[in-house]
Amino acid sequence: MGKAAVDVPMKGGFSFDHYRRNEMLSNKGLKPPSFLKTGTTIVGLIFQVRILGIYSYLRRCLFNSPLMFAFYVQDGVILGADTRATEGPIVADKNCEKIHYMAPNIYCCGAGTAADTEAVTDMVSSQLQLHRYHTSRESRVVTALSLLKSHLFSYQGHVSAALVLGGVDVTGPHLHTIYPHGSTDTLPFATMGSGSLAAMAVFESKYREGLARDEGIKLVTEAICSGIFNDLGSGSNVDVCVITKGQTEYLRNLQTPNPRTYVNERGYSFSKKTEVLSTKITPLKELVEVIEGGDAMEE
Amino acid sequence: MKQQANWSPYDNNGGTCVAIAGADYCVVASDTRMSTGYSILTRDYSKICQLAEKSVMASSGFQADVRALQKVLAARHAIYQHQHNKQMSCPAMAQLLSNTLYYKRFFPYYAFNVLGGLDSEGKGCVFTYDAVGSYERVGYSSQGSGSTLIMPFLDNQLKSPSPLLLPAQDAVTPLSESEAIDLVKTCFASATERDIYTGDKLEIVVLNVSGIRREYMELRKD
Repeated sequence: MGKAAVDVPMKGGFSFDHYRRNEMLSNKGLKPPSFLKTGTTIVGLIFQVRILGIYSYLRRCLFNSPLMFAFYVQDGVILGADTRATEGPIVADKNCEKIHYMAPNIYCCGAGTAADTEAVTDMVSSQLQLHRYHTSRESRVVTALSLLKSHLFSYQGHVSAALVLGGVDVTGPHLHTIYPHGSTDTLPFATMGSGSLAAMAVFESKYREGLARDEGIKLVTEAICSGIFNDLGSGSNVDVCVITKGQTEYLRNLQTPNPRTYVNERGYSFSKKTEVLSTKITPLKELVEVIEGGDAMEE
Repeated sequence: MKQQANWSPYDNNGGTCVAIAGADYCVVASDTRMSTGYSILTRDYSKICQLAEKSVMASSGFQADVRALQKVLAARHAIYQHQHNKQMSCPAMAQLLSNTLYYKRFFPYYAFNVLGGLDSEGKGCVFTYDAVGSYERVGYSSQGSGSTLIMPFLDNQLKSPSPLLLPAQDAVTPLSESEAIDLVKTCFASATERDIYTGDKLEIVVLNVSGIRREYMELRKD
């Protein structure tokens, strides 16, 4: 590294300023604070339905050529997520968003530490935006995949984000899973998070090739519900995102299967407010000598 | 290699228990979810056990230990009935429970209990415990995974007199029976919103002059 690079202050990246101090404190028995985790069920699947259509109706009329049929292919990706965020055994957020925007044609479900999934998707989505400005082309899913996995790999699993990445680009629909250490899979259907087993049970028994859009949404919803009801880390509502060529539908709270079970009609009153017994204001100017126009503080 | 003790016989099956004592009734309630880790073992497991005619115990913690504890108490109560030809009173059962827990002071029952019932005058009584038998007679109490969410709400709604006051004040709450049941339902609906180990169904046991009655209410299942 050249000398200039050393003199210039570091830009970007994480700060490890307190690493040694924190290690010393935890060796002495200090418990580090816990983070907001998205217990989470997140899933995705690719659907592809071939609709038999009349290929050359016009040509038949004009040239009296034989009738020809062809397949019109409608395909895309459906992503799904529950909406519970936890902090240990406590539900911290009952309706959070786990399907993150990456590009107009790419979305990404995140499980793991909430801050990490949020930060890593935000970071990559802005890199993709800059890349689009540079190339004037729609982002590709593999580009997002490479950016995510190289970031996660370089932090050796300390950035705890488990992702399901899906989108439709010029090469068709794509679905990938990305693990916190940076390994990736390319799959027709995928699940992640603590509810991944419950959701995968549904996919493994009911997924097939050639699903239609609405069948796909139904299957994704069912898989998420399986996570919501059978995994304690997942809960509340179902979010779904459907991406097809040239169109993205974000179906926020598509299902809300967990309403409140009881409300007392009489309501409750909270009798006594905290009273202010006395008020005393001490103007600090009277207690110290104020020098007007002193030296400005450095930095 | 040095041998290490890594034997861990305990598990936490979660769950929340509440009991409220009134002038002539006692309400004991708990959810029916039993879980371990992030899994639900069953959605329909009663944590409430009737120990005698007028004493009912709700227990959360490790349900294997709870069952062992219930079995010991049932046996001791059978002996008591044979010797005295009567049912044990609730305060007597409270002392027996304390002794049974303390007997295993250095290998405790991992059970967090509330005992509710009617005393010899027919007044509601609630006894609350830790895992090794420290106990106290109170007007209301909550134990288990959702207790930290419920207890402050009960404190706000049912402020009890200080146990240090002389002459000793009645610990019972001023609510009517139906108001107390409403309060319990609200407590559990709220705790279920925020505690992952509480949910599925609420079982409420009501003791009063006319005997014992059970009620159920559905809770969130996520």
